[in-house]
Amino acid sequence: MIYMDNAATTRMSERAFEAMRPFFMEQYANEAGTYSFANASKEAVENARRQVAAVIGAKPAEIYFTSGGTESDNWALKGIAQANAAKGRHIIISAIEHHAVLHSADALKRQGWEVTVLPVDEYGMVDPASVEAAIRPDTVLVSIMAANNEIGTIQPLEKIGEACKRHGVLFHTDAVQAYAHIPLHVEAMHIDLLSASGHKFHGPKGVGFLYVRRGVKLPPFMDGGAQERKRRAGTTNVAGIVGMGAAAEETSANLARTMEKVSAVRDHLIARIEKEIPYCRLNGHRTERLPGNVNFCFRFVEGEGMLMLLDANGICASSGSACTSGSLDPSHVLLAIGLPHEIAHGSLRLSISEATTMEEADKVVDALLQIIPRLRAMSPLYEDFIRQHPNHA
Amino acid sequence: MYTEKVMDHFMHPRNVGEIEDASGVGTVGNAKCGDIMRIYLDIDENQVVRDAKFKTFGCGAAIATSSMATEMIIGKTVQQALEVTNKAVMEALGGLPPVKVHCSLLAEQAVHAALWDYAQKNHLTIEGLKPPVGDVDELEHEEEEEA
Repeated sequence: MIYMDNAATTRMSERAFEAMRPFFMEQYANEAGTYSFANASKEAVENARRQVAAVIGAKPAEIYFTSGGTESDNWALKGIAQANAAKGRHIIISAIEHHAVLHSADALKRQGWEVTVLPVDEYGMVDPASVEAAIRPDTVLVSIMAANNEIGTIQPLEKIGEACKRHGVLFHTDAVQAYAHIPLHVEAMHIDLLSASGHKFHGPKGVGFLYVRRGVKLPPFMDGGAQERKRRAGTTNVAGIVGMGAAAEETSANLARTMEKVSAVRDHLIARIEKEIPYCRLNGHRTERLPGNVNFCFRFVEGEGMLMLLDANGICASSGSACTSGSLDPSHVLLAIGLPHEIAHGSLRLSISEATTMEEADKVVDALLQIIPRLRAMSPLYEDFIRQHPNHA
Repeated sequence: MYTEKVMDHFMHPRNVGEIEDASGVGTVGNAKCGDIMRIYLDIDENQVVRDAKFKTFGCGAAIATSSMATEMIIGKTVQQALEVTNKAVMEALGGLPPVKVHCSLLAEQAVHAALWDYAQKNHLTIEGLKPPVGDVDELEHEEEEEA
């Protein structure tokens, strides 16, 4: 099997897995216990807090463990809106946010908040000037993702953060795809809240965190016990947190080297596909791009057919076509960068990790060299195109 | 997600291609929704479907239903071909996931559109055949509501 769906989830790091192991059968104490048996759990959780904070230049006390990226995004948007309702009821997001942010914003809209959805350019980039222009006296939050999950575009966070700071507006970033993949710094980038998820960087599923800058008012999202300094109730997921902490430390330890290695495989994939497969289009930014993201549209073919044929070749990938999204519309991200529906239906995302080899990349391109012509030979759109452009056949 | 039959017809689609000087050609669906089907028919002087070919832009289910539909109408009279319903195509495939039911409807519509084209070219009336709809969106939505 060749796994190229690391943006969906990653294989757990063995080190992280080993770090978690004692906290199931041996050190199973509830972290809130007062007996000494709970000490190991307490210490492990606080160690993990230091580990995940260090990656983004945050203080451990600014980290709140959650169940993952979706909870963190929901908490940030709804919590900040609620806490600042007296100041204003306007928030700003971008058109290419993850559904966890988009649908949280929709929920706020239904409750009377105003939401400005900023457009992106053809590469999926938000213009920091448009953020500044959209800020009003009643704006309480700007939420722009760090890097896009589909097309991999990295946003100009520092400039957006500066604009927010200048106007005294809180800045949240969904960094689920970016955390431990590219350098992020909450001080340098003026980030007030940041969401991340453990399983996107070789940690376990079901655990994530929200960074909340010291002094930012944020009511609890879940009511219950006094865990996480009374801000996030629920029995502490000790093993999950420990696994995420270990994965964060391991993944970010050699970040520059990892980025270089992964980018080299990415660039090889992009170069071969562009050279060898006609009528394709690279989606996303060419340089401001996650090291592990490759996203192409292949004209005249539909995404699900591509995925099924790749699967038959033992290759795991994903697509933003309607058939894979469960609706009649292709991905909102591909539409936001200006692609027409019929082209957006033919998208393919290959998301790689540091474990992906050049040989695997070559095998995937070789498979595509069979699959794309095969689907095009079946496509009435291709038939019409060739009829109109006989010289291209 | 798909039955073995669907996978078989997706991996080894029958009757892919075009027919030169076809007796009838029908294209339905739209690229916006991600599904377009085109069916070519070769119909002999006794109004029997001698051959059928298809081209489809769409998901696995769309390709499989086109393949199955062409297989089911070959050898049938135009009247019998008209009676091959989307339900029959679906049953022959061992069923489709609910979100893919519209693909089978598209296959039925593509056959009807090709038969209509044949009837128009030959100034014939095929009993029970209605002119094709330009866009199958409305039909799809009706089907979804029933499901």
